[in-house]
Amino acid sequence: MSNARTAPVRTALIHLALLSYTVIALFPVFLTVVNSFKSRAAIFREPMAVPTPATFSLIGYETVLKQGDFLGYFQNSMIVTIASIALVLLFGAMAAFALSEYRFRGNLLMGLYLALGIMIPIRLGTVAILQGMVATGLVNTRTALVLVYTAQGLPLAIFILSEFMRTVSDDLKNAGRIDGLSEYSIFFRLVLPLVRPAMATVAVFTMIPIWNDLWFPLILAPGEATKTVTLGAQMFIGQYVTNWNAVLAALSLAIMPVMILYVIFSRQLIRGITAGAVK
Amino acid sequence: MGSLQLQSIRKSFGNQDVLKGIDLDVKDGEFVIFVGPSGCGKSTLLRVIAGLEDASYGTVRIDGKEVSAVPPAKRGIAMVFQSYALYPHLTVKDNMGLGLKQAGESKAVIDQRVAKASAMLSLDPYLARRPSEMSGGQRQRVAIGRAIVREPKLFLFDEPLSNLDAALRVQTRLEIAGLHRRLKATMIYVTHDQVEAMTLADKIVVLNAGQVEQVGSPMDLYNKPANLFVAGFIGSPQMNFIAAEKLGQSGAKTIGIRPEHIALSREAGDWTGKVIHVEHLGADTIVYLETETTGLLTVRLFGEHAYAPDDIVYAAPDTASMHRFDAEGRAIS
Repeated sequence: MSNARTAPVRTALIHLALLSYTVIALFPVFLTVVNSFKSRAAIFREPMAVPTPATFSLIGYETVLKQGDFLGYFQNSMIVTIASIALVLLFGAMAAFALSEYRFRGNLLMGLYLALGIMIPIRLGTVAILQGMVATGLVNTRTALVLVYTAQGLPLAIFILSEFMRTVSDDLKNAGRIDGLSEYSIFFRLVLPLVRPAMATVAVFTMIPIWNDLWFPLILAPGEATKTVTLGAQMFIGQYVTNWNAVLAALSLAIMPVMILYVIFSRQLIRGITAGAVK
Repeated sequence: MGSLQLQSIRKSFGNQDVLKGIDLDVKDGEFVIFVGPSGCGKSTLLRVIAGLEDASYGTVRIDGKEVSAVPPAKRGIAMVFQSYALYPHLTVKDNMGLGLKQAGESKAVIDQRVAKASAMLSLDPYLARRPSEMSGGQRQRVAIGRAIVREPKLFLFDEPLSNLDAALRVQTRLEIAGLHRRLKATMIYVTHDQVEAMTLADKIVVLNAGQVEQVGSPMDLYNKPANLFVAGFIGSPQMNFIAAEKLGQSGAKTIGIRPEHIALSREAGDWTGKVIHVEHLGADTIVYLETETTGLLTVRLFGEHAYAPDDIVYAAPDTASMHRFDAEGRAIS
């Protein structure tokens, strides 16, 4: 297929670049999933090989499901991730709306202050956070994790969303005001649907670090009842012996939910903005 | 029904004064147009009237009632925006009915008023559509319908025709004029297009740099511009301005003469000049010439004329239609 706007060589090069990036990105995932279906000996003998009838084994999955409450860990991860995303999107969008819509003294300073978190990693404050959680009795609760992750996700969310909200037509919001919509209705009914692709972007950016995080679950919620999947998988990694079958099986399972969430959000990402509001 | 008084309205953003004390009286049923170059504050003034911006100083009265503390929805106004500003997730019918629904009107009243407005604008076939399924002209009609449904005291139009193509613009202009005749409502209309202003308005308010330059009927502004700015802004092509001393006239700084008030001939006239460029428009011919006395001169001739660049011609102004301005740019009567 050749037409006026695409040169075949150029297209081929672009596809080559994209394909090699895809291979690089997918390789660790492939390795994890493939090896999770092999016996321990096979993993070490030929790590790159696909499982054959001779090397196929579900021992890793069996261990994972028998040992420890993995279903519970999954539940914890899901609850913490989804609650954090929901809070980040809600508060992030509201703050972004306020920053982009209203002129008030200190607007710019407030915006900079809220964006500061992008540059300063929240882990620097771990000791203080832990002290705070101990003082409030929130250690070993999912609430502690949700609070920390919400704080962690907000700066980027506000930064991205406020840029997008500036692009929403003022006329549309003013039309709403003249028709008697409250500021809340304008926010929820007019503005949010129009920045949905940006919300999806933020959700994806927020979700992945939270799901994969080991640091805060280890420090704030290491108890059995509040363990997340990443932390749960760590119990198979020992100082002297590591049960690789189980670790790989646990990680393979952990990929699934995050993949599903990603698929949901990325559909939103791709879907165009609702057209027709303004020219 | 709907009258409007503005009293020394000022508006500043930071250190920048956008409106510098605007006084205006609009009588019930009048069609008033704010016209001016971009950045003159006309849209800001409209937003202040609508309540979408607070004035820094001054009072707005609608129907004699001070409305500074009244939110936009309760001012009895309706507004049509340049970008249509339809709600993308609602059908045409719901777009038009939303204002009434928010005001707590019954469904029967909403249905009846929407039906009336849609019949008036021939929108009946589109009531179930969403804005994205309509063309620009149709969307703007929906936006106008949304305003009519509210039965406001004041209609506010913010450059409603700017996004439409030329043919549609003329058609919608006619529709708005017809609407004003039928509804007899007070309308305030902002535009930068002086043709729209001249064709629609009962009264034109010429704004420049946050100040009112002149208020008057279209013909007042055309025949008796109060100053250089209005003289140059109203009328197309622009009025010719000539330094008075070049013409040997005393008692004025600048002389203005409209292109249509200059006659051209190949034989004799007051000013000799060379044709630089000619625009043939069919009904008009616009001739640009360079004369020794006046410099560049624009002349508008009615009908077709066979002038060509480099022709030597003679121009004769109609002295009765000359405008004289003093050193401050004010008209001398």
